[in-house]
Amino acid sequence: MPLLNTLPDYVLTTKTDELINWMRKSSLWYMLFGLACCAIELMHTGGPRADIERFGATPRASARQSDLMIIAGTLTLKMALRTRLLYDQMPDPKYIISMGSCSNCGGLFQLAYSVCDGVDKVLPVDVYVPGCPPRPEALTEGLIKLQEKIMSERWLARERTAEL
Amino acid sequence: MYSNYGVPLALTVIGFLFMAAMIGLQKLLAPRNPFRRKLMPYECGEPPTGNAWINFNVRFYLIALVFVIFEVEVAFVYPVATVYLDWIRRGHRWFALSEILIFLLILFVGLVYVWVKRDLEWIKNVPE
Repeated sequence: MPLLNTLPDYVLTTKTDELINWMRKSSLWYMLFGLACCAIELMHTGGPRADIERFGATPRASARQSDLMIIAGTLTLKMALRTRLLYDQMPDPKYIISMGSCSNCGGLFQLAYSVCDGVDKVLPVDVYVPGCPPRPEALTEGLIKLQEKIMSERWLARERTAEL
Repeated sequence: MYSNYGVPLALTVIGFLFMAAMIGLQKLLAPRNPFRRKLMPYECGEPPTGNAWINFNVRFYLIALVFVIFEVEVAFVYPVATVYLDWIRRGHRWFALSEILIFLLILFVGLVYVWVKRDLEWIKNVPE
């Protein structure tokens, strides 16, 4: 007989993984980090109209308190090293949303000598959001997709990010 | 009489138990993955250079204090000027002028004090 049926109605049962994942997806604090014009849309997404905070995502000013990094804008080669350092300094578990064409593939500037064409060359990206720039709705959908991904992962078995 | 202290005692015990449970749970469940780059000082992504504990001349402290006089003066006089435009239109021009002059006078007294104390001089010769 399953455990669920033996307990009264007011007792909730769950799995550890699901509880942890549920808590993680409900408090995805993203780092205040804008590289280019996509950051304006990122600000709009945090504003009252799109209000990403209703999904538990609130901006944090320090990498030490963040779970999510939204790469909003063109990643130059000079900034790539710094972005990698910031990502390394975030506490695990950490996730990355690549927002906009520039961070997905270099976008308009991918032939420029100074631009890193694709964030995924330096960072492990979880969700790519297309658009130039993506509307706040698109970024919100990216966050929801990330939440779905978090819910499907088994954290206790997840492999850790190693030092480069 | 001692039973009055029962409630705070119980709250203290519950508090300690709650804290121990929280810290124990996160020790049990939280991932721990320290490595060198993660433990580096957070400098907004900029690679840190040198030591934070460096000496700098204590005279910069005085300069910073004196700077506050002028900075506050400028920061307040501009907005006050725009606000007083309204007063001037309503005919209180001398009152507005005296108000701002009193403010400047108070700051000027501070400047005179600094001047007399010879804190404006970079190399200060204190008379024996």
